[in-house]
Amino acid sequence: MSNPNNNPWSRRHFLQASGALIGAGLAGCASTAQRGVARVVVVGGGYAGATCARYLRMWSDNRIDVTLVERDADFVSCPMSNLVVGGVRRIEDITLSRENLARRHGVRLLRGEVAAIDLDKRQVRLTTDERIAFDRLVVAPGIDFLWDSVPGLSAEMADSTVLHAWKAGPQTTRLHEQIRSMRDGGTVALCIPKAPYRCPPGPYERASTIAHYLKTHKPGSKVLILDANDDIQSKKGLFLKAWADHYPGMIEYRKDHVISSVDPTSKTVRFELGETVRADVLNVIPAQRAGDIARPFINRNGRWVGVNWLSMEAEAAAGVHVLGDATFSAPGMPKSGHMANQHAKVAAAAIINLLGGQPINDQPVVMNTCYSFVTDRSAMHVASVHQYDAGERTFKTVAGSGGLSTTASDREGDIALAWARNIWADVLG
Amino acid sequence: MKTTIAVAAIVTSLCTPSSPYAADPQLGRNLAATCANCHGTDGRSVGGIDSLAGQPKDTLVRKMTEFRNGSRPTTIMHQIAKGYTEQQIDLIAAYFAARQ
Ligand code: HEC
Repeated sequence: MSNPNNNPWSRRHFLQASGALIGAGLAGCASTAQRGVARVVVVGGGYAGATCARYLRMWSDNRIDVTLVERDADFVSCPMSNLVVGGVRRIEDITLSRENLARRHGVRLLRGEVAAIDLDKRQVRLTTDERIAFDRLVVAPGIDFLWDSVPGLSAEMADSTVLHAWKAGPQTTRLHEQIRSMRDGGTVALCIPKAPYRCPPGPYERASTIAHYLKTHKPGSKVLILDANDDIQSKKGLFLKAWADHYPGMIEYRKDHVISSVDPTSKTVRFELGETVRADVLNVIPAQRAGDIARPFINRNGRWVGVNWLSMEAEAAAGVHVLGDATFSAPGMPKSGHMANQHAKVAAAAIINLLGGQPINDQPVVMNTCYSFVTDRSAMHVASVHQYDAGERTFKTVAGSGGLSTTASDREGDIALAWARNIWADVLG
Repeated sequence: MKTTIAVAAIVTSLCTPSSPYAADPQLGRNLAATCANCHGTDGRSVGGIDSLAGQPKDTLVRKMTEFRNGSRPTTIMHQIAKGYTEQQIDLIAAYFAARQ
């Protein structure tokens, strides 16, 4: 760890980090309040991390010292980003500042990148070599991509030609520009990875908002969905109905399309079943895993971080709370911004109690809603409520609760936008 | 790795208080926070969906009951309300009612 060129996620580091678990575990049960102000470092300022930072301050009456480390200048929302892809919203509309977290809540905002997590010293080291000490650590890195799942495509190529646009930001705008400059009569191909991936209905929403744009501006064009799964993963009936109602003949859905290789130059994809598809705009969403920062804590399927759902503490590291898309999901629990926000509140409540030497809540509840737009105005939802099951030590969806819209509607489009405004205010203070 | 995780588990259990999970006095607050995504932090909406803060407890309980039994028109609340127990709704309603 003293070598600045050391890869933080090397095997050596991993072993070091694991060796430090004992220290971290013991520290976790001391009542930190007796030693002065408790310090929590939150790494990642998205839906999960920013919410956690805010609620740690709010629910502790500002008694916990919270530092939020984030690489990017602004918060750019993944939810609603398909409206930018479809050209009915601008990237500015989904870009928000994190400064209220500092101004209204006293969170220390630190723009930077984490180079290493030292569980032994209980420090986070940034690439600038700055070190920040913590009593408890929150890691909310979102997802990173498994480039092996798309041979021929690299992070660099994916940034210039064959975009994923599965992290909201510059690629979101660029994907819209690619579609805007496509010839009328062209094909936009959208490749979906095997579940689990971030935002189950997201790819189908994207197909819809792209089709909406094409219908309005380039009516001879089409959207081709190439899904590695054997069926539409979310809101199937509602999407099929919306596509038939609004875009007859424009959206073609093909299942069981697992990518074997991608040629970014010719925008060609080959599939395991032998088929080859060439597109005018090729949007490939690679398979995903827990984000880089959480790598030392990955213990499920080599991809995700298993957590104790009462505290969101990583199974592989006491004192480290992992939130959001990076976690190994409970049954029926989607990887979504809404769910990430809910994880953050479970963690904030637990961390405050743990730091104060109090028992933690044994009956947490989380709920999820994902709104999907199918036109510029019309949206539909899927909702679920998840209660903790002490016997199985996981969250379970409540039988008879949750469900889908009866149909997409403009009324739910308005509610979806109100949801966005309210959750953004909840996340960012 | 296995041994390390096992050791960590023992350490965790050693330092956990003897009755680790008693009823949390903040249960109402925690449950109400699951509604904030749509109704605003502490039930104070920034617009588009109603605020819940400051509504009388009985009113909130009645509305939730009507959502559950289908007598109140809704797009989504019937599905959400059925996910919570009556005791939980009671705690949530008390929490929001107490927000000025
Ligand atoms: C996904 C967004 C969402 C979440 C989460 C949500 N609500 Fe609602 N709520 C709505 C919408 C939308 C309405 C309007 C009725 C409808 O369309 O279902 C509403 C209406 C209500 C109303 C009636 C408002 C009034 O003053 O007449 C109450 C009460 C209510 N919700 C309580 C709750 C409680 C309690 C929770 C948390 C357990 C909650 N809601 C979570 C979206 C949400």
